[in-house]
Amino acid sequence: MAENVWILGITMTKFGKHADKDLVDLASLAAMGALSDAGVTMGEMGIMAAGNLLGSPGIGQAIQKQVGQTGIPVYNVSNACATGATALRTVVMAIKAGECDMGIAVGVEKLSGAGLLAGGSSKGDGKVWEPKGRYGAVAPTDGRVGTDTMPGTFAQIGMEYGHKYGGADFELFARISEKNHGHSVLNPLAAYSKRFTLEEIMGDMMIAYPNTRPMCSANCDGAAAAVLVSESKLRTLSLEQQRRAVKVAASVLTTDPFEEACQILPDVNTLTRNAAKQAYEAAGVGPEDLDLVELHDCFATAELVHYDNLMLCEVGGAVDFFNSGAPFRDGKMPVNVSGGLQSKGHPISATGIANVWEVCHHLRGEAGDRQIEGAKVGLAHVIGLGSACGVHVLEKSSL
Amino acid sequence: MTETAAPAQVPLVDYLVLGADPHLIANECTSCGARFFDRRNACAACFKSEFKSVAIATAGSVRAYTIVAFAAPGVPVPFAAATIDCGGTSVRANIVNTPIDPQHITLGMSVQLTTFPIGADENGTEAIGFGFEPA
Ligand SMILES: [Zn+2]
Repeated sequence: MAENVWILGITMTKFGKHADKDLVDLASLAAMGALSDAGVTMGEMGIMAAGNLLGSPGIGQAIQKQVGQTGIPVYNVSNACATGATALRTVVMAIKAGECDMGIAVGVEKLSGAGLLAGGSSKGDGKVWEPKGRYGAVAPTDGRVGTDTMPGTFAQIGMEYGHKYGGADFELFARISEKNHGHSVLNPLAAYSKRFTLEEIMGDMMIAYPNTRPMCSANCDGAAAAVLVSESKLRTLSLEQQRRAVKVAASVLTTDPFEEACQILPDVNTLTRNAAKQAYEAAGVGPEDLDLVELHDCFATAELVHYDNLMLCEVGGAVDFFNSGAPFRDGKMPVNVSGGLQSKGHPISATGIANVWEVCHHLRGEAGDRQIEGAKVGLAHVIGLGSACGVHVLEKSSL
Repeated sequence: MTETAAPAQVPLVDYLVLGADPHLIANECTSCGARFFDRRNACAACFKSEFKSVAIATAGSVRAYTIVAFAAPGVPVPFAAATIDCGGTSVRANIVNTPIDPQHITLGMSVQLTTFPIGADENGTEAIGFGFEPA
């Protein structure tokens, strides 16, 4: 039986603009913060996993040169928006495998000024038509054969759900965004701690109907890091360390199994549902046991489908679930009390650790004004297109 | 080549078949029936590696859409990007020949394939694109 793994220390930097820090500074700030929160040093780490998408290769080694070079293995990981969760899970697996009893996971991204998380290609047409690529295209297809943009892709994912089950219109999606922006007012580390009215959200610049600008994740700089420890090692540490530690009750990573339409519209549903099922089974809890959920609301249209995929509601019941008030911070299943990606921000590779930090913050009873009282179990979910899905179930310490 | 000859045409993508009866084709796995618009080394569903070319229905219904108002530089906006259910095979395409707004484009609406020139290269060859218009 593999060992239980615990989070000993975890931190996130403020999300936003960090003009005075480069990528490595920002990652190092998070790494040193997590070590300090854990009460340990780099000298005790047996592995590092580091995630970054848009910087130079070898971010892990670059971080080590700033925080401590001890010769331990580094795994540089890249898994779209699930990169942070993948780094975390890499360390979990190393500890479960018995390779070491402590390790650190770091995720970092600098995205300020990158514009909207658009994707898509702007390559011009050639002078002579010549078939290129796996579709033999003679000219760029983005905009001619559907859209490559993220806002447009996730807009269709939400619209598809609305078509299948009904009740999801522009206003409903905008109200989901209104909830998350409202939540962010209590989060000093969020990129945008600003409440928007429904009218402001619906009246803002349309990006990809029905997603307006405030309904899209906010590009920003940020980093997050976590120190993980085996249960047997944790039991040798101080009572204070044991009390603040958070149990990783489940750490799951899935990819998208083949579905009929997945070649033309990514299926973010099946792999999330699969990950959630595996996570609930591993943790021995059900959705009804969760005190809070941080899910991947990269767009307002995405949050709706994940209520259903994470089984927070009945199949097809996401609209009713939202309308019942459940996912608001004073509801029965608070979702994205951090403000979510729309408001807290989405520095891609940091996101999958930062959402775990948010849940840990509540389980430790350290979330201040936005504390969900008595929180004992929480879930953190990310999804990266391609696709990859990470789900972590976290439990308050009973040590 | 005489001056009255029609300009040569090429399809925008190789799974669009031009001619009197334009239609899309897919590579269908001979083992499980999964369909792919691009070439696959093996079937993503059943791992077998034999495929045959099949024609896709030209009529369908809109299963999902978005109106893209903000795209990469050089991509004209707005346009309606959609997922069309063509007799059980999902197709990615733009919705065309209708005003681009949620009053005219609705979930579940019936649409049919249409083709149109997207421009000519320096040899005068026309590239032909495709979209779906209200049926
Ligand atoms: Zn097959």
